[in-house]
Amino acid sequence: MTNDPISNLTVPSLTSFDEAALDKAFAALAAQARDSAAAIDGPEAVEAFRLEWLGRKQGRLTDVSGKWLKAAPAEAKKSLGQRFNALKTVVEGLLEQASGSGPSDAALAAEAIDITLPGTRRLTGSEHPITKTLNEIVSVFAALGYSVGVGPEVETDYYNFESMNFPPGHPARDTQDTLVVANQERRPLRDRLLLRTHTSPVQMRTMELQPPPVRIVIPGKVHRNDAADATHSPIFHQVEGLCVDTNITFSDLKGTLDHAMKALFGSSVKTRFFPSFFPFTEPSADVQISCIFCGGKGCRKCKQSGWIELLGCGMVDPAVFAFAAEKQPTYDPKKISGFAFGMGVERIAMMKYGVSEIGQFYAGDMRFLGQFA
Amino acid sequence: MKILTKWLRAYLPGLPVDDAQLAEDLTLRGIAVEGIYDLGAGNGSLYEMDITTNRVDAMNHYGVAREVAAIYGLPLPTLSYALPEAKPGAKFDVKIEAEDACGRFTARVLRGVNIGESRNWFAGAEVATYFGLLEQKKISNAVDATNFAWLLMGQPTHAFDLDKIEGGIVVRRARKGEKLKTLDGIERTLDPEDLIVADHVKPLGLAGVMGGWDSMITPATKNVLVEAAWFDPMAVRRTARRHGLHTDASHRFERGADFNAGETASAIVTSILLANGGHIEGEFVDVRVPAIEARTAKRKPVALALSEVHRILGTTVDKEGITAETVEKVLGALGCGLKNQQVSALRASGLASQREDSEWQVTLPSWRLDIEREIDLIEEVARVYGYNRFANTLHAFGEGVKALPWAAAEAAVRATLRAAGFHEAIASTFCSAADAALAAPQPGLIVPLGNPLSEEAGVLRPSLVPGMLAMIAGNLHRDVSDVRLFELGTVFSGTTEKVEERPALAFGAAGTLPEQSTLHPARDLDFHDVKGVVEHVLSRFEMSSVYFDRFPAEAGLTPAWLHPYRSARIAAEGTTMGWFGQLHPREAAARKLKDVVLVGEIYLDRLYKLPIRKPAAREISRFQPVRRDFSLVLGAEVAWEKIDSAMQALAIPELVDWRARELFRDPKLGANEYALLLGVTFQAPDRTLRDDELQEWQAQVVEAVGKAGARLRG
Repeated sequence: MTNDPISNLTVPSLTSFDEAALDKAFAALAAQARDSAAAIDGPEAVEAFRLEWLGRKQGRLTDVSGKWLKAAPAEAKKSLGQRFNALKTVVEGLLEQASGSGPSDAALAAEAIDITLPGTRRLTGSEHPITKTLNEIVSVFAALGYSVGVGPEVETDYYNFESMNFPPGHPARDTQDTLVVANQERRPLRDRLLLRTHTSPVQMRTMELQPPPVRIVIPGKVHRNDAADATHSPIFHQVEGLCVDTNITFSDLKGTLDHAMKALFGSSVKTRFFPSFFPFTEPSADVQISCIFCGGKGCRKCKQSGWIELLGCGMVDPAVFAFAAEKQPTYDPKKISGFAFGMGVERIAMMKYGVSEIGQFYAGDMRFLGQFA
Repeated sequence: MKILTKWLRAYLPGLPVDDAQLAEDLTLRGIAVEGIYDLGAGNGSLYEMDITTNRVDAMNHYGVAREVAAIYGLPLPTLSYALPEAKPGAKFDVKIEAEDACGRFTARVLRGVNIGESRNWFAGAEVATYFGLLEQKKISNAVDATNFAWLLMGQPTHAFDLDKIEGGIVVRRARKGEKLKTLDGIERTLDPEDLIVADHVKPLGLAGVMGGWDSMITPATKNVLVEAAWFDPMAVRRTARRHGLHTDASHRFERGADFNAGETASAIVTSILLANGGHIEGEFVDVRVPAIEARTAKRKPVALALSEVHRILGTTVDKEGITAETVEKVLGALGCGLKNQQVSALRASGLASQREDSEWQVTLPSWRLDIEREIDLIEEVARVYGYNRFANTLHAFGEGVKALPWAAAEAAVRATLRAAGFHEAIASTFCSAADAALAAPQPGLIVPLGNPLSEEAGVLRPSLVPGMLAMIAGNLHRDVSDVRLFELGTVFSGTTEKVEERPALAFGAAGTLPEQSTLHPARDLDFHDVKGVVEHVLSRFEMSSVYFDRFPAEAGLTPAWLHPYRSARIAAEGTTMGWFGQLHPREAAARKLKDVVLVGEIYLDRLYKLPIRKPAAREISRFQPVRRDFSLVLGAEVAWEKIDSAMQALAIPELVDWRARELFRDPKLGANEYALLLGVTFQAPDRTLRDDELQEWQAQVVEAVGKAGARLRG
C-alpha cells in the first residue's frame, strides 16, 4: 500500500480508450467480480460484495463511471457506456445469485448432528394379539353375513350345558373341569351358576330371542378349571358361529369354513374334515388346515403331518333346536337346519404370531405386548 | 389305546390296503390313528388310537375290525366260541336287586381249574403273540383271560374264587357302614349309593369298577365263578368317582357297554381257563332286567328317510352322491338292520326303480348306544361315506349384518388409549378377596367361587384395578420402568344367586416422558398426564357437562386404592364415570412399588350410554387472532377451575381460547400464593379486531379473574 491517492481507488486509471483496451479492462473487472462472488460465505460477505461493487460512494462501478467515463474522449463515451452497463448487469446477477444461496456449506457443517443416533420415539399403543385375532375372525364372517352376538361370562347350567345337550352326568359338568360360583349346591341344577366353559350358550340365547334365519359369530372369554401350562390356561377366548335357516347343509358348513380359513390364513390353505363328537352338533367334525408353516410338506410345527387341527364344528343337533323351540317354536328340526363351529382364539394367535407360552397373553408384560404395535 | 393290525387282519383276510393307508382311512372316519409303529416282518403295525368317548364300542380289536369292514365293504365273521359240555350241578344263584343299575348278570361255574401260566389257549387266538406285540404282561391264566376278552371285544369280565362266595350273588346297593377291601389293597367304607356285587353275607366287589381282595383268584384257587355283566353308566360313574377310582372296566361301563357282549366274553374267559384243565358245572346263568334290555339291546327301530339324509348333508363331490344303496351298505355293515318300507310299497306298485324317497325302519345294534335317532344314523352314513367327499358349498344370505350397539364406542375407547401410547392387556377374571374388598365399588356385592383355582383367584373381580396393579407390578419388578397399559373387561357384582356383569376400562401408567430419548431429558409421568388421557377418552363422546372433583378425606368416598389428594372422580352428565389418580402410597408399598403409579377405572356401561361424538367441521376464521397474556397471582386455595369458570362466564363470543400457560411458585410472592400465566386468545370470524374492543375485553378479564381470587402481578 502506498499513500498515492490513486491507490485508494479500486479501479486502475485508463490510458487508452480504444476498443481493445476497453475490452481488456472490462473483462478484468468482470473476472474480479466473479472471483469475489465465488468467495462469498455468508450474509455478511454478500453485503460486503454489494458495497465493494455497487456502493454509491466507494463502489467500483461508481469509480468506473466517475473516472473512466469522465476521462474518456467524446468518441469513446458511447462504447464505454455500453460496456459499463454490461458489467453492471453481470455484477447485479452475481449479487442476486449470492443473496439466494443462504448460509455456506461451512456454516451448515458446523450444525452437523449424529443422524445414526436412534430416533426419539413415542410409545405407540398396541392392540392385544387376542383382540386383533378376534377382530380378524369376526370380520371374515361379517363378510359372509354374520352379525356379532355376545353373552354373559357367568352362565347357568341350563345355557352352558343342558340346552347344549350335555347329559346330566357329563364329565364337563364336574367341578374338576368347570369353575363354579360358590353356594350352588342347593339350587336346582339348571339354575346353578358357573363360568361359561364355551361361548356356545350364546347360541341358545340368540335363538330364544330371534327366529331363523340366524347367522352370528360369538367372540368371548371362557374359563375352565385347567392347570396352567404352555398351551393351557384357565382363561381363554373362543369364537363360536351359528347359522340356521331352511336348507343349511353339511356341505354348506364345509364351504363356509373352507372359505373362512382361506380368508384367515391365505388362499392356498386347504381344509379337511374329520368325524368328531360334541354334544350339541351331529354330525360333528374336527377341521384341519394344511400347515401354514410348511405348506403341507411336514415340519416340526405340524409334527410332520402337514396338517394343523384348528376348529370343531357340526350340524346343530336336533335336541338343541328342541330346547330353542321351547321359546321359539319356529326352530322345528324337521323344517330348518343349521351348523355351528367354534375355535380357540389363543391357539390361532399363537400360531399366527409365533407365541410359545399361552400365559404371555394375560401377563400384561410391556415387552410382549409392544411387539404387536 | 393300542391296536394290532395283525389282529385286525385275522378277522379281515381280504383287506385290500396296507397299514398306512388303513390308518388314514380310519382316521378320516373318526377312528383316529395317532401313531403307527412298525413291528417287523410278519407282525404288522401297532396303532396308537385316539377314539372319542362316544365311540367306546370301537376301543377294542373287534370294534375297530367292524369299522374296517364297513369302510371297505368286507364281511366280518361273528365271534363264537364252542365250549365243552357242562357237567351237571345246581344252578348258581344270582339275583339282581338293583334293577335300575344292573341290566344283565351272567355267571358260569368252573371247577377243578389250575391257576398258573397261560397255555397257548385255543385255536384261532394267537394270544401269546398278541400279548407280546402289545407288551401286555402275562400274569396268570385267570388275569390273562379277562385281559384278552377286554382287548378283543372291550367287555369287562371278572373271575371270583368260587369258594370265597357264600350262598350266591346279589347285585345291590351297599348298606351303610359296609366295608370292602378292593383289589388295590385299600379297605373302603361303602356308601349306601355304591353299586356292589355281594354274596349272601358280604360285599365282593364294586360293580363295574373293581373286584374285592378276599374273593380274588390266587394260585390256590380251584373253583372259579366267571362274571360278565352290564352295569348302568351313571351308577358306575358315581361309585367310581366316590372312591376316586378309574379302571378299564369303569371306563367302559360309564360310557355304555354292550348288553349282549357278556355271553361271548364269558366264553372267551372260560375257554382260556379250561385250557389248563377243569370243567364247566351247571347251566350258564343269565339274569336280565327287561326294562334295561328294552332300552339297550331291544330298542325300537328308528325311521330313516333318504330325503332327510340329503336335506342335512347336502352336495357331494361325486355326482351320484349318497344313494339308497350307500345307506343300506354302510348301516348294514355297522350292525343295523334296515327294512325298506317305501320300496316294498313301491315295488308292489311297480315303481321300485325310483328310490329317492326311500324310507327305512332301522334296528339298532346293542353295542352302539350312541345311536338313538335318525340324525345319529345320518351321521354314520356321512362318517363312513367320508366327510371329505362332500362338496364345499356356500348358501345365500339376504339379511344385513348387525354390529353390537356398543361396538363403535368400544372401538373409539380402544383407539384413543392406543393413540395415547397404552398397550391393551388382558388380566385374570379373578382376584383375591382382599383385593376385591379394596377395589370393589360396592364392597358388599363380591361373588366368591366355589372351586377357585387358588386363594389369589378366590372371587370374581369386582373391578379391573387389582388386575391392572398386578400387571404394572409385574413390569416394574422385571425392571420394565415405562408402563402404559389398559384393559377392557367385564367386572362382576351381586350375590351367588344373581351375578351382574358390566364392561369396564382400567388404565395404568408409570415411568417417564418421553419414553425413549437419547437427547432430551425425561420427566416423570404425573397425574395430569393421565388426566389428559381421560379427557381424550371422554372427548370421544357427546356430553354437555363433565368435571373432575375430589372429596374431603373424611367423606370416605375416594376409593381406598387412590391417593386422597392426588386423585379425582370423573363426573359426566351428573354421573360418576370413574376414578383415577396416583396409587395410594400404602398400596404401592404393599406391592413393593417404589415408582409413582397412576391408575384409574372408567365404568363403560355408563359411558356407552352417551352417543359417540360425530366430527363436524366449522369455519376457520381468516382474520388474525390476538393473544394477550395475563400474569396473575393467586392464593393457594384458588384452583384453576375458578379462573376457568370465571372466563367461561364472560361469554364473549370473540374470546375463543384461554389456558394456563405456566404455573410457578415464586419466593418473592407470599407464602400461600402462586403465580399463573393466563393466555387468552381473541378472534372474530368476520373482521379484524379493533384496539378499543380489545381494551374493553381485557378489562373484563381482569375484573373477572379478580373476583375469582386472582390479582394482576405488579
